[in-house]
Amino acid sequence: MSVKKILLGFAIAALSVSATQVLAAGCPAKGVKEMTGAGATFPYPLYSKMFSEYDKACSVKVNYQSIGSGGGIRQLSEMTVDFGASDGIMDEKQKAAAKGGAVLHIPMVSGAVAVVFNLPGVNTSQLKLTPDVLADIYLKKITNWNDKRIAAANTGVKLPDLTVAVVHRSDGSGTTFIFTDYLAKVSSEWKEKVGSATSVNWPGDVGGKGNEGVANSVKQIPGAIGYVEVAYAKQNKIPWAQMQNKTKKFLDPSLEGAAAAADVANLPDNMEVSITDSPNPSAYPISGFTWLLVYENQTDAAKGDAIANLAWWMLHDGQKYATPLDYAALKGVAVKKAEALTKKIKVNNQMVLK
Amino acid sequence: MSDEAIDSTFSTGNAARVVHHDTRVINFGDRLFYRVTQAFALIVILLAFLLVFDLFRGAWEAIQTFGLKFLVGTTWDPVKREFSTLPTVIGTLVKAFIALLLAVPISIGSAVFISFYLPKWLRPFISYPIELLAGVPSIVFGLWALFVMVPVIRSLQIWLKANFGWFFLFDGPAVYGVGVLSGSVILAIMIIPIITAVSRDILLTVPRPQIEGMLALGATKWESIWQVALPYARVGLFGAVILGLGRAIGETMAVTMVGGNSFAMIHSLFDPVHSMASQIASEFTEATYSLYVSSLIYVGLVLFGITIIISLCAQYLIWRLSKGHVAVFE
Repeated sequence: MSVKKILLGFAIAALSVSATQVLAAGCPAKGVKEMTGAGATFPYPLYSKMFSEYDKACSVKVNYQSIGSGGGIRQLSEMTVDFGASDGIMDEKQKAAAKGGAVLHIPMVSGAVAVVFNLPGVNTSQLKLTPDVLADIYLKKITNWNDKRIAAANTGVKLPDLTVAVVHRSDGSGTTFIFTDYLAKVSSEWKEKVGSATSVNWPGDVGGKGNEGVANSVKQIPGAIGYVEVAYAKQNKIPWAQMQNKTKKFLDPSLEGAAAAADVANLPDNMEVSITDSPNPSAYPISGFTWLLVYENQTDAAKGDAIANLAWWMLHDGQKYATPLDYAALKGVAVKKAEALTKKIKVNNQMVLK
Repeated sequence: MSDEAIDSTFSTGNAARVVHHDTRVINFGDRLFYRVTQAFALIVILLAFLLVFDLFRGAWEAIQTFGLKFLVGTTWDPVKREFSTLPTVIGTLVKAFIALLLAVPISIGSAVFISFYLPKWLRPFISYPIELLAGVPSIVFGLWALFVMVPVIRSLQIWLKANFGWFFLFDGPAVYGVGVLSGSVILAIMIIPIITAVSRDILLTVPRPQIEGMLALGATKWESIWQVALPYARVGLFGAVILGLGRAIGETMAVTMVGGNSFAMIHSLFDPVHSMASQIASEFTEATYSLYVSSLIYVGLVLFGITIIISLCAQYLIWRLSKGHVAVFE
């Protein structure tokens, strides 16, 4: 064999070795240097951190626009972005409208929604709420804090004679999706009258813009009750209530509670599942996944490779950034199923990740 | 247009026949200037038409689904896919008009003071902060209102409800703080600078001889202002108020933060309610299906329509007030 052929052989061997090495680390192997994504605001702080670390690890710039779950779904359907992100599951009509075919919902992290309140004399975790009481408060059937039904779970707590001021989100949001999904599960009246979505027809009262708007309204209005991501409740030091989960335990909202909610036996393979009111005894009942939305059948080999690798990296190396930012990392069965979904990404019917 | 036609637009009188000038007199520069400014004017008109056309196109699905029921229904339900906009229309108009009610006396009063009472050398010192206030971004107003103004309004509302709660306007959830009253007050604060600045300019154009004549006839300063200056300037002042109203109706960010953002029909000054602009801004990003987006654009179309109707009414009133002479700003 000529020297040239030997050198060529070495070069090919070296390249393929480095390619598999790079592949194992989750970096795109086909030269893609930029990706665009759009969607949910809830995971934005985490994705922001993840993508900046990804840039350091793989020299790939991922540009993420947090325009909301609805916007992410729309952009993905129009194929103007490489991936979408949503706190809510796409419904049948949205799936049918997606121009690129089947959409995979790959869960990334889970989060907890805290029920916050403003009651003079009652501190954080001192208020206990059962699911039916929470639903009836939001349905405007319980209108005063000294109602017998609230007192029933709160013996020893002095509940004032104060009108309940119900605060919700005025903008559509994944937080609302998780919250209303929970209420629809625990109250058939809620499910029938209001339903669950990123934006619903609330029976009352005040709408705040964004998590910060709700947090602010609850802090200012005496007698208010609202729902925010647990990170907001923590950072703004707003008192939260303990929620009763499916096994009748009262729990504070926490990352462990959210992770436990996801750690259940019969998760579906497509991971399009809501984990509210989870049967796990340590589960916090108002928890939910946030998903990365990608097309199963990618048309561009380089892009498909880049997207699959990004998702893989986010599921493994990226998870370590979750807890410091108050998100619950995926654990156990959930990770396995998410990996299986990521492996389903194909280019021209060839799987991208082996 | 031909050169003869160009000439005739510059000629006065009602000559039925076109006067034929020597076209070599009108040079290339003049014609170029004419064409360029004509093009600019046409671009502006075209933009306006394109805007209306695109609004209709975006709202078409909602118009076909709901028709005019959209304007009188009271349900906004994204889950059941039923949309209608009467509460937000009422919310927008009520907040805007209460804002006008609060702002106009203060603005026109300030303008009168600046124009007629303030020593001339002091005028820039007072006018400058007013113009500065006009340039403050709306979101800054919103943040200030949320953290500083709302607690004050809340205390006011609680006091009003305790003492005058029998009056239907004060018979509402005083403790929220956010609502129609907060929204109106922040809107008033935002439109005061505009109305004041324009009114001041208008009042400064009132000819001195008019006022001096009145003074010479024995009127007091107050009488000369109230009976001569203001009536003389009423067309311009009305235009200033309409400018303020236009801003109040379209204002988005500040109202979203303190308006309360509820879809229920209002019954009192303390009820929370969306305005059309705050509703669109709040919901547009998460409008997950096309009918939802289309309904929001329909709301935008309704807002646009209301703005045009108010503008046309204002033009008509101005025309009537000035008895056929159109000039708003002389």
